[in-house]
This record gives sequence, C-alpha cells and structure tokens, in this order.
Amino acid sequence: MNDLRDLYQEVILDHNKRPRNFRILPQPTHHADGVNPLCGDRISVFLDIDDDIIQDISFQGAGCAISSASASLMTEALKGKPVAEIEHLFEAFHTVVTTNSECPKGLGKLSVLAGVRDYPSRVKCATLAWHAVRAALEQHKQPVATE
Amino acid sequence: MSALPVLTTVPASNTSLDLTGIRAEFPILRQQIHGKPLVYLDNAASVQKPNAVINAISDCYSRYYANIHRGVHLLSERSTIAYEGAREKVRAFLNAASVREIIFTRGTTESINLVASSFGGNTVKAGDEIVITGMEHHSNIVPWQLLCQRTGAVLKVVPFTDAGELILEEYERLLNSGRVKLAVFVHISNALGTINPVKTMVDLARARGIPTLIDGAQAIAHLKVDIQELDCDFYAFSGHKVYGPSGVGVLYGKQILLEAMPPYQGGGDMISVVTFEKTEYADLPNKFEAGTPNIAGVIGLGAALDWVNQLGLSTVAAHENDLLDDATVQLLEIPGLSIMGTARDKAALVAFTLQDIHPHDIGTILDREGVAIRAGHHCAQPVMQRYGVPATARASFAVYNTSDEVNALVKALWKVKELFS
Ligand SMILES: Cc1ncc(COP(=O)(O)O)c(C=O)c1O
Repeated sequence: MNDLRDLYQEVILDHNKRPRNFRILPQPTHHADGVNPLCGDRISVFLDIDDDIIQDISFQGAGCAISSASASLMTEALKGKPVAEIEHLFEAFHTVVTTNSECPKGLGKLSVLAGVRDYPSRVKCATLAWHAVRAALEQHKQPVATE
Repeated sequence: MSALPVLTTVPASNTSLDLTGIRAEFPILRQQIHGKPLVYLDNAASVQKPNAVINAISDCYSRYYANIHRGVHLLSERSTIAYEGAREKVRAFLNAASVREIIFTRGTTESINLVASSFGGNTVKAGDEIVITGMEHHSNIVPWQLLCQRTGAVLKVVPFTDAGELILEEYERLLNSGRVKLAVFVHISNALGTINPVKTMVDLARARGIPTLIDGAQAIAHLKVDIQELDCDFYAFSGHKVYGPSGVGVLYGKQILLEAMPPYQGGGDMISVVTFEKTEYADLPNKFEAGTPNIAGVIGLGAALDWVNQLGLSTVAAHENDLLDDATVQLLEIPGLSIMGTARDKAALVAFTLQDIHPHDIGTILDREGVAIRAGHHCAQPVMQRYGVPATARASFAVYNTSDEVNALVKALWKVKELFS
C-alpha cells in the first residue's frame, strides 16, 4: 500500500477528483485530441495563444487518475508561460517519469508524477495530455496516439 | 444494469478436482509478484500452460523436429505424424466429421480473416448483408467491415439487452431480409461472459439457407463443443485460450464449403502441381495451410487438448462456475461496484466498474497486490459504447484458480476503494 501511495499521491488524487481547467475553450487558437490506444482514453486540449504566450489552456475527456491528474497539473503549469517553454518542460517531465534521475528544478508540482517511473505501463497515461498539446501546436487534424 | 444473476446458494467448491495437483502442473503460478503470491485472473486474455504442453513443445524441438510433409527422412516423418496426430486430436475434441475440415491457423483472428477473405470474397456481393452481433470482439468485426468495403455489402448488427443477452427476435428479423449471405456470432462474449444460444442461432439461420460462423475463442476451454450437433459452417478458436501455445489456432469449416472456396494464401504445401501457366491446389486441409506451419505449436495444442480431456470439460466448467458465483456474491458486497454482463447463461468471467475509479487504476493497484486482471475495452469497444463506459475491469477464471484467489481479488478491491476514498 505504501509504494502505491508513491504513485497515487494526495495531489494526484485531488487533481483527479477536482480537475483544474476542465472545460472547453469556446474559441481556442489551438486544439487537439490525444488517444491512448491501450485503454481507449481520450483527452482533448484547448489553447489560447497570443503573442507567443499561453493565455489560456484547458482540457476535457475521460481518463484514469494518472492521465486526468497529469492533464490538470499540466494546464496549471503551462498557463501564462511562453510557448517556447512547453518543449522544455515536457522534456524535463518526460525525464522524470521515465528515468531514475533527480527531479530537474523548475518542474514544480509536476514532480508529484515522478512515481510513475516505477510503473512503465502507466507512462503513456502521464504523457497523454502533453502529446496532445504538442499535436495542437503542430495543428494536427487527426487525434494523436501516445506513440 | 438490470437483474442480478441467479446464484447458487453453495459457493464452495464441490467438484472432484485436485486443485493442488493441478496448480503444481503450472510452473508459472509458483511465483511472487511485488512480493505477493501471483493471483492470475486474466485467463480470458490468455491462459497459462501446464507442463504437459511445455514438455510436448520442448520434446518436439529436442527429439524429433523437422519440416513436415516433405522429407523422406525419419525426423520429417515423425514430425509429420505428430502434426497430423494433433489434427486428429482437434477433430475428436470438436467431434467434427473429418480431419479434412480442420485447418490450422495462427489463431481465431486469422481463422476469421480466412473465411472473410476466401468465402466472403467468393460469395458476398454489393447489396448483400452479413449479420453480426453487438457483442463481438474486434477480430469478428473488422474482417467483415473490410469485406463490406471491398464488396459494397452491409453489416447488420443484432442488439443485446442491458443484461447482455442477444435479442433473438431482432436476430430473426435481420435474417429475414432475403439478402443475408452469412451470420457470424461469438459463442461466449469476452467482454460480458454471456454464453449465446448458438445452437438456436445456427438453426434459425440454417432454416433460411444462411451459413454461420462462430467465434469460439472464449468457449473452447469452458464448454463442450460438438460440431456435428451444432451444425455450424465455420468455428474458429485459438490455442492459447485452451492451455495451448500462442501463435496457433483452428478453423473448422464444413467440407463442402471449404472445397468450393479459393485458397486464402499461396505458397508451398498448398499445391499439387505448379507450372507458370497454372497451379493445381492441394486437397483439404492443405489447400488452406500455405507455407511451413507452426509445427511445434500445433503439437503443443494437441497436448493441451489431451490435458483438458483428461480433466473433463464438465468438471472444469463446474469448478469455474463455483468461482464465478463466489466472486459475484462477494463483489456485489462492495459498495459502488457494478457488474456488466448479468446474463442467465454466463461463463467464468466478471466485468465490472467501481464507482468512477478508472479500470486502469484498479488494474495497477491490484497488480501491486499480486492480482492480475484485465482493464480496458477488451477489444470490444462497441460493447463499452453500449454501456456508456470507456473501459471495464475484468477478472476471468481458469481451472487452476481457487476460492482463496477470489478472496484475494475482493480484498485488493477493498484496498482500491480505500486509496480512492
Ligand atoms: C471472443 C474473442 N474473439 C476473438 C479473439 C481473438 O483471438 P486471437 O487474438 O487469439 O486471434 C479473442 C481474444 O481475445 C476473443 O476473446
């Protein structure tokens, strides 16, 4: 049970129960869906980008606790940030959920998902929303898969 | 969800199985997962293999392996005898009329694709209809969709009730259009556990001259299948779901239909004479077995069927039904848990959701308790859509499972609730 608490930390359970920025943006400048083929989960992300700054960001969809919490935490982390920061943050986040390296600084609350590294089958859940944001920036018309 | 399943009042196992002895035959079961004894309840996805099967495969490779049907040397003869011996074992297991009706494939999926391509390509035309059901596995949907795309035929889908039972009046109505060229349906649903009334369904189709294909992937290890009594035209199953190896499966086809069908794939072993002008095909069943087959796999499947026969499928089913009843009672005691698939006639699996906890999370937490279940859409997305859920958790039982393991499942589910409370 204890090591499960490393994965399902309070912050994660809280964001799963009460996801932040969980809504549809009426007129997003960017939008894409992410699909996890393993479980069929689908997450839509919406961005409002102006002047290379993420003015607003939101998501919708049904997913497991890990994918929902990760999406929720991601929207909090990205809101107000310059677009250029997305890749940088995603890279740091990806490192944290896939390797045993130290948590890079500047990840903030996102580091609560570090426990995912011990659950390789769940990495895709944690990165689903990020892949969707990337796809939105590339203005993909098709939903992206997590591979 | 509607009525609860009818339960027997004595959940305790009252069958004559020597469970300790049976478990000892499965080396993989003797291990710990995350420091807990393995409780393997993902049997509907694939069952584990007894020593009899493992040894048969290892024996083949270490003592008499060679290519079949083509060698004059002794090893080739021995391999051919073992391979063809397995075909006879499959025939007997299904009580099919002839070994010519038993075709080895890679599995259920390939068996269905073979029929869709060869039989379907030959008989289905634009405007024709294929009747299928709403509870099919993707492998009994997509090959027919592809066929429809190629030919302009249409799929007609038989709906099912909230309990997960096919609506037979609808099935009959769809059969009556006069345009149906084939009816295909699953024997036991892998997503719901429903045992369909396949005999009735075959009879209804036959009365209208419509051939039938049954997806027996889930049924083969749980129910006695008597092909001659059932009188279906095609029956497909996989070795890996009946204690045999993966990568090998069977298509049963009525001889008269198989003879009229063109080959599925071309290659060696399926011909009698080849010139560049023309090829004469081999007789059944070789016509449908192009190339070197999964020789050791087929031999392993034969060993698996021997092993199952020795236990007796009715004994196996009685034990699994006890586990199912026990699990159903205990699961329903967990507040917020609902079971999907409550058909009166049901096989040994239970699909469920627990409050709004995602099945993927349930699966991860159970895994840490050593309990292996399936979480997801079970390759039956239309079934998930029917119930309006993205996924379910599913525990499925095999002959080696015990009531202690049912208890471990239930205990682990209470932990899930605790963590997410
Ligand atoms: C009902 C049903 N049909 C078909 C299949 C496909 O079997 P295979 O993947 O062995 O070809 C399965 C396996 O999950 C199944 O449960």
